[in-house]
Amino acid sequence: MARIDVTVDGVRYTDEVEPRTLLVHYLRERLGKVGTPIGCDTSSCGACTVHLDGISVKSCTVLAVQADGGQITTIEGLAPNGELHRMQQAFHDNHALQCGYCTPGMIMAAVDLLRTNPDPTNQEIRDGLEGNLCRCTGYQNIVRAVRAAAATPTGVTG
Amino acid sequence: MIPAPFDYLRPATRAEAIAALRDRGEDAKVLAGGQSLIPLLRLRLAAPTALVDISRIEGLRGVHRAGDTLVIGAATSHDEVLRHPLVTEHCPLLAQAVGTVADPAVRHRGTLGGALAHADPAGDLPAVAVALEAQLVLAGPAGERTVPAGEFFVDYLETVLQQDELLTEIRVPVPGTGWGTHYEKFHRVAQAWAIVGVAALIRRDGDTITDARIGLTNMGPTPVRARAVEQALLGTSVHNGGIAAAAEYAAEGTAPTGDLAAQPDYRRHLARVLTRRAVERAAGTRGTAEPVTAG
Ligand SMILES: Cc1cc2nc3c(=O)[nH]c(=O)nc-3n(C[C@H](O)[C@H](O)[C@H](O)COP(=O)(O)OP(=O)(O)OC[C@H]3O[C@@H](n4cnc5c(N)ncnc54)[C@H](O)[C@@H]3O)c2cc1C
Ligand code: FES
Ligand code: FES
Repeated sequence: MARIDVTVDGVRYTDEVEPRTLLVHYLRERLGKVGTPIGCDTSSCGACTVHLDGISVKSCTVLAVQADGGQITTIEGLAPNGELHRMQQAFHDNHALQCGYCTPGMIMAAVDLLRTNPDPTNQEIRDGLEGNLCRCTGYQNIVRAVRAAAATPTGVTG
Repeated sequence: MIPAPFDYLRPATRAEAIAALRDRGEDAKVLAGGQSLIPLLRLRLAAPTALVDISRIEGLRGVHRAGDTLVIGAATSHDEVLRHPLVTEHCPLLAQAVGTVADPAVRHRGTLGGALAHADPAGDLPAVAVALEAQLVLAGPAGERTVPAGEFFVDYLETVLQQDELLTEIRVPVPGTGWGTHYEKFHRVAQAWAIVGVAALIRRDGDTITDARIGLTNMGPTPVRARAVEQALLGTSVHNGGIAAAAEYAAEGTAPTGDLAAQPDYRRHLARVLTRRAVERAAGTRGTAEPVTAG
């Protein structure tokens, strides 16, 4: 077992984990953060995307021990004050989801995209989200939502 | 799936990492970004009994310039490499090729050293390192040695790295004036691996090509230089079809495999077409002197 010290969605945890524990399993099974789903076995779908020290990672492809000392934000901690983050609101307003399975990862990746590129073009949005697969929407409304979020001032809803 | 159990070691220095690799022997593996290794562990295609995490070792990350050489720490992430001003200014080929690797989240974790040490024939960066004539610095119990990228790759997923050696630095010579570069990657969908890729560095003096270096991705178990094309390009005009004629040699001496994405003959065809495009783009003629749809 290995000891890890992580902050997840603003709460600090010290835990003993097996080194082989994937971060996504730690989040879901130890902390009950089931807002982050697992969509594949090949690191390709992006459903499990969270932020580790402020940048997007696929939590199925990070070991919990690698996150030791880190700050993790999941979809559950994106809007701590109970309101929706501007990206969540934009996905809602633009019908950017159908079944919703890809949505947590899609939103975390989209928030990270705006961190590095606050006003992306449609093509830049498609490139920025290329690691996130959606089987339902055809992506059109996802791209619209990210554009809408980019046009929303920060600080209003996160 | 969940990986088989292993011990996790996080050394603070290179010496500790090398000692750990030596002590644990054959079943120990280096863990850098984990973007190739963790998927293998999850599918239980690899089951090392110890992982030596090098990601927090002082001095293995970052980019600096030493004279005419760009020195990139092996544990520098793809994302840091492609955004680094020294890389974008002095080695745009590397920045461009790294930008085609995987997707942003994978690029945040995956490292340049990991991509080279992993030696996947479909990986984009081995052929780029070979075309750039990069020098790779390896550190082991007996000290350091430097290996040219062209001699680093031995076979499918195999390099000259010994079990107790670390790749520590990638040293890229900064090209002089007159060079243009391009990485041309062919893949079916976004975020997919290259079916074939071509890295081209072309030096022009006026309309004449005076030097050429071409590396091929996925045209055999290791990255290869397209030497016959390089030879044929020397002294050729960038106009009048000389590039297209030279590119016909692109598949010479290659040994591509067949898989779900492509048969060997199709890969040879792609190598010729993509080499022509890569050279034209590197030489700055594509899209102006010739129709883009022709090949
Ligand atoms: C969904 C997905 C898509 C991808 N698409 C592409 C793509 O299009 N093109 C592409 O080129 N790559 C692609 N990759 C692979 C990616 O580039 C990896 O980041 C890279 O191959 C491995 O780097 P890493 O730091 O994650 O290495 P790790 O996974 O940590 O290690 C890989 C191997 O290298 C060894 N190793 C790592 N660092 C060192 C070192 N410094 N010294 C000695 N040995 C070392 C490890 O022991 C292991 O055997 C993709 C990966 C994923 C998950
Ligand atoms: S679950 Fe598919 S990328 Fe992580
Ligand atoms: S909304 Fe169903 S997978 Fe994207």
